[in-house]
Amino acid sequence: MFVKQLSVFIENREGRLEQVTEVLKEEGINILSLSMADTTEYGMLRMVVSDPEKSKDALRNKGFSAMLTDVLAVKLEDKVGEMHKMTHILCSQGLNIEYMYALASENRRAMIVKVSDGIAAAKAIQDGGLELYSNEEMCW
Amino acid sequence: MIWNETKECMSRDEMANLQSARLVKLVDRVYHNVEFYRKKMQKVGLEPGDIRGIEDLERLPFTTKDDLRDTYPFGMFAVPNSQITRIHASSGTTGKATVVGYTRKDIDVWSECVARCISMAGLGKNDIIQVAYGYGLFTGGLGAHYGAEKMGATVVPMSTGNTKKLVTMMVDFGVTGIMCTPSYLLHIAETIEEMGVKDKIKLKASLNGAEPWTENMRTSIEQKLGIHAHDIYGLSEVMGPGVAADCEYHKGLHIHEDHFLPEIVDEHTLKPLRDGMTGELVFSTLTKEGIPLIRYRTKDLTSIDHSPCDCGRTTARIARFKGRSDDMLIIRGVNVFPSQIEAALLEMGGTTPHYLMIVDRVNNLDTLEVHVEVEERFFSDEIRELENLTGKIAHVIQQAIGLAVKVKLVEPKGLERSMGKSKHVIDKRKME
Repeated sequence: MFVKQLSVFIENREGRLEQVTEVLKEEGINILSLSMADTTEYGMLRMVVSDPEKSKDALRNKGFSAMLTDVLAVKLEDKVGEMHKMTHILCSQGLNIEYMYALASENRRAMIVKVSDGIAAAKAIQDGGLELYSNEEMCW
Repeated sequence: MIWNETKECMSRDEMANLQSARLVKLVDRVYHNVEFYRKKMQKVGLEPGDIRGIEDLERLPFTTKDDLRDTYPFGMFAVPNSQITRIHASSGTTGKATVVGYTRKDIDVWSECVARCISMAGLGKNDIIQVAYGYGLFTGGLGAHYGAEKMGATVVPMSTGNTKKLVTMMVDFGVTGIMCTPSYLLHIAETIEEMGVKDKIKLKASLNGAEPWTENMRTSIEQKLGIHAHDIYGLSEVMGPGVAADCEYHKGLHIHEDHFLPEIVDEHTLKPLRDGMTGELVFSTLTKEGIPLIRYRTKDLTSIDHSPCDCGRTTARIARFKGRSDDMLIIRGVNVFPSQIEAALLEMGGTTPHYLMIVDRVNNLDTLEVHVEVEERFFSDEIRELENLTGKIAHVIQQAIGLAVKVKLVEPKGLERSMGKSKHVIDKRKME
């Protein structure tokens, strides 16, 4: 039901993002999608990667604050109204979207969403006729 | 101008005799009235009669801030509460304050000492003095206030906070003297410039204390305001501001030796040091009734000079402070120990996260920033949660030390890597 998102806390300092991507590259990890939330002092890097557990361990070994977060990966078609279908379902259930970002790789097209109540949101989305990617489908 | 020539200019022999007579009485008083001292003296086999003068001072045991905490709140008082007319307190490391009590006579002596200091700054009864230390449990505000009143000056009890109002009144009232922390005075000087009223102020002199400052800061204050800036020293345990101050020659701070018997000891061996050698300043309060102290270790590092001063005073002078023998910081006049921050962070749950305190002076006001490592148990990938966390930490620390603080989350191990594990403080104010 959930996809494991890799979240990394990074200070707003030169070269920190580059160091994260270097670790992932060295470990042979593919980044399927990435979003960055930033404040004046730090940023939160959120990623869907090919091997979340391995990524987390590798980053922690290098001194990064990394953790896995359960998010929903909602399959969306490339056509008008798909996004609205999702937001309408969540809105009608009174579910709050904490953040979201798009994932578009060769054969996967999804909106990565963190919702206030993940379990309720997963059910509402599936009941509403949309599909979710499983973690296995995301990982290689 | 010398406020009390009899006391401030007496010969060294006369002073030694006076101090000896008062020390003998002090020892007798504390032995019979304070269990803490009686036990401490009995432990080393001392009776009051063994102390015949200041030459026997070394035989007496030391007193520390911990002793005051252990006897919280009134355990060290030497008179019944009916004779205590005022209480002051300073923040402590473990949440418990250090409490001091004053009899009516203590307040009189304190006022007399502050009046002497104000005279050293060339101010007198014809002056209008703004007191811009905080009023309250902190000794700064009321201590300075009573001293200025005692000397007959017109006192304006500003306290701290509204700087523009202070400047407006300074101009409108024709204020000639001000007592506040040196960093606050620099801030006031900038406000005066911003308000464009520099040519309208009549300020002549200032007495600045309650935090460490440098000769550079003095020069800066004097140039910006066109006044004479004087250093005033004190600590609540011994009395409050006014234990010592510097005269117009600025060659160290004259101690009111007839009330406070000073010693400089090696901070490790606790052996007395000669004039000119730097060590820890120790005081015995010769006349204090409420909470007399015997050989109280101030933790302030300085040296002493007993030679006469060009101003005519014969009282011993202490040099500008060279630091502390413990890890206490003075931030905006408030005593802060790193252990307080640690205890506050501990409240956040379980163990203490790695932290680093960064003390700085921005626009002449002290700032405290605390960097806290983001650990797994704190971690959230939601910015809102992290901001809540930051706010909560800031609140807990503020409750503990009484100062506004900026909290910044940092990556784990970032602190250790750059600073070494045990170092928790960077004080950027050490400009010299």
